Amino acid sequence: MTAEFLSRIQFGFVMSFHILFPAFTIGLASWLVFLEALWLRKRSDMLRDLYFFWMKVFAGSFGLGVVSGIVMSFQFGTNWAGLSTVAGNVLGPLLSYEVMTAFFLEASFLGVMLFGWNRVGHRTHFLATCMVALGTLVSSFWILAANSWMQTPQGYTLVDGVIEASDWWAAIFNPSFPTRLVHMVLACFLSTALVIGGVSAVYLLAGRWQDKARLMLRCALAFVAIVIPLQIIAGDLSGLVVREYQPAKLAAIEARWTTAHNVPLTLFAWPDESAERNVAAVDVPHLGSLILTHSWSGEVKGLKDFPRADRPPVAAPFFGFRVMVGLGLLMLALAAVGLWLWWRGRVYASRWYLHCWVAMMPAGFVALLTGWYTAEIGRQPWVVYGVLRTADASSAVTAGAVAGSLVTYSVAYAILFGFGSWYLLKVLRDGPGSAPQRFPRDMTPQRPLAGLGIGKEENPS
Amino acid sequence: MTLATALPIVWFFIIGFAIMMYVLLDGFVLGIGILAPFADDERQQELMMNTAAPIWDGNETWLVMGGAGLMAAFPKAYALILPALYVPVLALLIALIFRGVAFEFRFRAERSRRIWGLAFCVGSVVAAFAQGVILGAIVEGTPLKAGQAVHRTFDWYGPFPMLTGVALVFGYGLLGATWLVLKTEGRAQSVARSLARPLMLAVIAFMGLVSASLPFLDSRLMTRWFSWPNMLYLSPLPIATLVVAALLWRSVMTSRDARPFVLALVFFALGFLGLVAGMWPNLVPPSLSIWDAASPPSSQGFVLVGAAIMLPVVLLYTAYSYRVFRGKVRAGEGYH
Repeated sequence: MTAEFLSRIQFGFVMSFHILFPAFTIGLASWLVFLEALWLRKRSDMLRDLYFFWMKVFAGSFGLGVVSGIVMSFQFGTNWAGLSTVAGNVLGPLLSYEVMTAFFLEASFLGVMLFGWNRVGHRTHFLATCMVALGTLVSSFWILAANSWMQTPQGYTLVDGVIEASDWWAAIFNPSFPTRLVHMVLACFLSTALVIGGVSAVYLLAGRWQDKARLMLRCALAFVAIVIPLQIIAGDLSGLVVREYQPAKLAAIEARWTTAHNVPLTLFAWPDESAERNVAAVDVPHLGSLILTHSWSGEVKGLKDFPRADRPPVAAPFFGFRVMVGLGLLMLALAAVGLWLWWRGRVYASRWYLHCWVAMMPAGFVALLTGWYTAEIGRQPWVVYGVLRTADASSAVTAGAVAGSLVTYSVAYAILFGFGSWYLLKVLRDGPGSAPQRFPRDMTPQRPLAGLGIGKEENPS
Repeated sequence: MTLATALPIVWFFIIGFAIMMYVLLDGFVLGIGILAPFADDERQQELMMNTAAPIWDGNETWLVMGGAGLMAAFPKAYALILPALYVPVLALLIALIFRGVAFEFRFRAERSRRIWGLAFCVGSVVAAFAQGVILGAIVEGTPLKAGQAVHRTFDWYGPFPMLTGVALVFGYGLLGATWLVLKTEGRAQSVARSLARPLMLAVIAFMGLVSASLPFLDSRLMTRWFSWPNMLYLSPLPIATLVVAALLWRSVMTSRDARPFVLALVFFALGFLGLVAGMWPNLVPPSLSIWDAASPPSSQGFVLVGAAIMLPVVLLYTAYSYRVFRGKVRAGEGYH
């Protein structure tokens, strides 16, 4: 195995691990802003308890996101020096802006948010929460700008084989950026909403924390019902951009081999790359053209139009996309059924429906990962689309070194994931108990406030 | 002076500043981990960690700033240094991961508490050592020697990086000790206070060893320091370092709590400046200059606009968050 191949596996692995945490914390930060704003207005203990409960979940996820994110910022150098040399002039500045406008903001106000409850006023504390949430969103702005630029590069010139920026506005607001940013942020929100709803469903089924769980489930259901249609629209718009700028990726996603009008939608097939055809395809006539081009007989390019060396792998984007869309449709169904039950006043009593929420808890994250696999594998063999091939982007390090680092990361991340999910389960099992009141400084109790002692006062009914 | 000449100079200082901020700020947090084994018991260790819990994350962000800034302003240096130092960088990242999650995990853990106390300590020692190795290898000029062909994995290994590695462990330990003098009281403070002088002795000894071995390196770090009239112009730096060292030596045993920490920071900053002065104008000694490695003005200028606006703002709210958590940290005082 070559160092380049191992580096690809390593990047895919550390990135997949990392993205789960920012995705979750982007959603959670905004949820915390919502809860604290509501608490500032109504001052009900229930809202403050919920805020503290989700803040504990947030703290752990954020920590894991930070430490796995630092790894990412050095991968471009250690393993992808070719990419840094050719595209560093564009990617470096975008990542620098992310650090300056987002990372510092999140990290500094996180301290006030987690530890400042007894040290700053309520409004200042709320401001800190807002700054953390703002930081997560600004961060997604820059990172999506950088990734979208690699998908649809604009605003640059090539000087001696090195990319130089010529128009930053065009580079940042590149063609795929607006739709992909919206698609990703909504995906983060949806993933988080499904977890919040799933957790409340678990409590409702177990007969614990009834009032809090009902409130959370209402919020999650309303949110998913509003956002999932928007997300489907954002995904559709994203698809139109792919068709225009990355036709080979679209062909791989649809496992379309020959260019044609009136193409069907292939629901399922086994794409055979060497024979350039699909086995056991289940097609719906015309639907492909309708969805992909928004016209009954629109043209969709086939993979045979591209030299083999310029084609992406087919199976991963094809199946990845179908898993993502399938889960999206399940979310739509979950919301639709939920609204109907809500209208009939049976939403909390329908145990089968609550079980659906529990089952859907990881759905957002699975959709998010498979969506990214579709986007990233589908743009192969390019790392900067049409400019730099992945094969030319790697560092001049030995395969042995990369194999060693890959094993190290795998072991380290397995340990983190194991302990991290165990501690998360503990927090969830303890449930949203009573959060601390504000103490004047000299009245600080002897033991830590959170985590250990709380949650015992309110009787789980 | 054209933009293409001036911007790399500006960026050399911005990145130098970011790395110095990292060394000073995360230095004392890593120092806490390095000194953790000297705590009397679990509770004292927890108290030591709590002094840094609200701010470690922001401190560590300066490292990301240094990395991203280097990629933006000097992509060639970024692409050269990191692959050549693949193993020490990996060690640093893994160590920082375990050090970082230990803050959160140790608090959640019950039976596995000791594991995360250990992870905090070992992570801090390894991260400090790896940073010293990286520093030593860069000063030695390893990345350029390793060249463009496939890097051999252990090219960076040698006595000098090992020396700087150990030196930095003691140096961060000193920063940590003075920080704990500032932020704790009672038994925890007296433990920290009693560690400060032995650590200073070790740091001064290692500084001497590092300085003594500089002339034997291939990189031209020493020619600047020992050529006339440079020696004259640069002489205030070592003199100031010695004065600060003497002041620090005296102050750690007085009842002043803040002064040792401030002096330790100045001491470290002066040492860092001495190193930077020796490297100038090379980013990767002996011969990749800041102008060779620079990204074009379109990139350096674009990020400079952001840095000029954002870095002062960042410093402002960083200062605010330190102000919120000012004063002594008491036993059992609050996690969220």
